[in-house]
Amino acid sequence: MKNHSHFAAALLAAAAGAMAQAPAVLDAAAVLEKSQAAFYYPGADMRARVVMELMTAGGKKRTRVLTMLRKNLPGARRQRYFLYFHEPGDVRRTAFLVWKYPDRDDERWIFIPAVNMTRRIAARDSRSSFVGSDFSYEDVSGRDLAADAHTLLREEKLGEAACYVIQSTPKAPAEFSRKLSWIDKVTFLPLKEEHYDARDQLARVFTADRVETAGSGKAAYPTVLKRTMKNVQSGHRTEVVFETVGYDLGIEADLFTERFLQQPPQKWVR
Amino acid sequence: MRCAAAGVLLMWAGCVHGEVQIHGFLMGNLAVRTTGERPPRGEGGAFVLGEERLRLDLSGAAASGRVSFLVKGDLFHDAVSNRVGGDLREAYAGFRGGPLDLRLGRQIVTWGAGDLFFINDVFPKDWESFFSGRPMEYLKRGVDAVRAQYSSPAVNLDLVATPFFRADALPSPKRFFLYDPFAGIASRQERKPPARAANTEVALRLSRRLAGFDLSLYGYRGYWRMPAASVESEVPAVVRFYPRLLVWGASAQRNWLAGVVSLEAGRYGSRDDRRGANPAIPNSEWRMLAGYQRQLAADLTGNVQFYAEIVDQSPPLSAAAGDRFRGILSARLTQFLRYQSWRLSLFLAYSPTGEDFFLQPEISHRLTDRFSVAAGANIFAGRRETTFFGRMRKSDNVYISARADF
Repeated sequence: MKNHSHFAAALLAAAAGAMAQAPAVLDAAAVLEKSQAAFYYPGADMRARVVMELMTAGGKKRTRVLTMLRKNLPGARRQRYFLYFHEPGDVRRTAFLVWKYPDRDDERWIFIPAVNMTRRIAARDSRSSFVGSDFSYEDVSGRDLAADAHTLLREEKLGEAACYVIQSTPKAPAEFSRKLSWIDKVTFLPLKEEHYDARDQLARVFTADRVETAGSGKAAYPTVLKRTMKNVQSGHRTEVVFETVGYDLGIEADLFTERFLQQPPQKWVR
Repeated sequence: MRCAAAGVLLMWAGCVHGEVQIHGFLMGNLAVRTTGERPPRGEGGAFVLGEERLRLDLSGAAASGRVSFLVKGDLFHDAVSNRVGGDLREAYAGFRGGPLDLRLGRQIVTWGAGDLFFINDVFPKDWESFFSGRPMEYLKRGVDAVRAQYSSPAVNLDLVATPFFRADALPSPKRFFLYDPFAGIASRQERKPPARAANTEVALRLSRRLAGFDLSLYGYRGYWRMPAASVESEVPAVVRFYPRLLVWGASAQRNWLAGVVSLEAGRYGSRDDRRGANPAIPNSEWRMLAGYQRQLAADLTGNVQFYAEIVDQSPPLSAAAGDRFRGILSARLTQFLRYQSWRLSLFLAYSPTGEDFFLQPEISHRLTDRFSVAAGANIFAGRRETTFFGRMRKSDNVYISARADF
C-alpha cells in the first residue's frame, strides 16, 4: 500500500511537471507553425521577381536574377515551385521545378537549356547551398518543424516589433546545434534568426530587412521584401530582394510540369 | 543557306512585339595530347584542340507566348586545322496553341535517363568534342526537324520528324588514335541516306507520371548514327554507310532511398540485316541501364550507373568475336565549393567485359558572373585496341578553357 501511494505520488508529480511544461512547449511549436504559414505559404499562389546578391567579405559581388512561381495545392501542405533564371549568362533559361511534400522528400527537376534536357535530380540536400548563396535549400523551402524541439525563451522587442524568441534544437545531429528565431507577434514573420554551429558558435544570421504588406494580385500579405543571410564566420553574405510580388494571381496548376520547364509562359516569367 | 535562314528568322523576330534578347560568349579551348605520340598523318602536332569561339544567341517571344524563336550559333577559328568556320547550333521558330507546341528548324533534342549513356536518345552526338574537352553542351548536335509536342494529364506525346540525316561526329583519325580494320585501304567514301520524304527519321516519345514514376515509352525509325563500313572491291575503297535502324524502348525514374533511381532499356533492330548475316552491318541488340543518384553530403552529389549491350549475334569485324555482352560501370562525383564558385567533378567508366576504362576529372572556377575557367583531362586505358576505350589509349589529353559571357 505504501509502495502504491509512493508510486501514485510520483505519477502525479510527473503529470504536474508535464502539465506545467506542456503549454510553453506547445506554444513555441504553434508559433513556428504560424510563422511557416506566414513566411512560406501565404495566398493560393505567388509570383516574385527575385534578385540575389552574393557578396564576399572582400566586396566581390555576384548576382542571380530569377522569377519564382509558387502554388499551394489543396489539402495538406503540398506546394509546387517553379524557378526560372534570367541571370547570370551561364544559367540563363535554366529552370527548376519542385514538388514539395510535408512528409517525404521533394521531387525536383531541372531543365538545362544548352542541351534542351529535363532531368530529375536528387532532392535530399537540405544543407546544400541554394544557387551558391548563403541560404540553404532548407532555408528557402522551410525545415520540417518536427525535426527540432522548440522552446519559447522570452518575448522581447526587436526594433519596434514585439517578438517571440524561440530556440529550436535539432533532435538528430544536424549541421547546427541550435537556432534562435525572433517571430513578429503580429505578422508571425521571422524578423531575425541566429544559427549556431556544432561548437555553439554563432555561424549565420538571417534578418528581414524590409517587411511590407505587398501583392499586385487579388490579395496582399505581409511580405519580407528584403532579407539577408550573413555568414558571420566568413563574412560572406547574401541579400535577396523581391522586386515585384503578387499573390492569388490564378497561376495554372499545369504550369508546374515538364512542358513549361522547356518553354515557360511569357506572361509569368517576363 | 544557313545565313539566309537566320536572316529570315531575324526579320520575323522584328515582327513579333516582344523583347528580343541578344547574348553570347567568347571562349577559348585548348587540349594537348599527353602521350607524346602523334597519329599518322595527324594535324596540329601535340594539340587535339586549339580554338576560339564566338557564340551569338538571339531569342524572343511574343507577349502572348504563342510564337517564339531562338538562333544560336558559333563563329570559330580552329588553330589545329587553321580553319575559320561557323556552327549553327540551333535555329528554330516555336508556336504554341492550347496543348500543342510546335518547333520548326534546327534544334537539339535530348531525352532518356542516362548520364552519358544514351539508349533512347537517338539524336546525333559529337564525341570528338566530348573527348577533346569542349564543354558538355557540344556533345549534342542539332537536327533539322519538325517537333510537335502534345501535353495532357493523361499522356504527353513528343514527335520529332527529321528529313535530313545527321551522323554522330566521331573522333577524327587526324587527332585521335583509332582502331581501323581497313588500315591498308586509303580511299574512303561516305554514303548518307538521301534526303527523300520516305527517308524521314521519326522519333516518338510518350510520357506520363504513374505511381511516383516519370515513365516514358520511345520509338525511333531511322538510321544508325555511327557508320558501318564495307569494302567495294572494283575500286578498292572503304564505303561508310548508315544502315536502317528501328528502336523501341522505355525509361522510368523516381525518388528512392533519398535519391533518384533511373531505369532505361531499348531494343535496337537492325532493319537491313535482321538475321545478322551481313558482317558489315551492326546486329540487332538490347541496351539497358540502371542508375542511382543521391546527395552524399552538402554540395556533393554521387551517381552510379550500370550500362549493358547484348548483341543478338557476335559483332562483325571484332577481333574478340564472340563478345556478345558488353557491360560498363560508371560513377560521377560532383562537389561544389566556396559558394559554388568552384566545381570539382570526376567521371569514371570501367568495362569489366572489355577490360578498359575512361576517366574524366575536371575543375572549373567562376571568377565573376561573366568569367569562368576550366581544366580537365581525358584518360583512356585498356588491354586491347579493339575495345571502345582501349582503342583511344594513345589519345590521353589534358584541356583548359576560358569563357566570357555577355
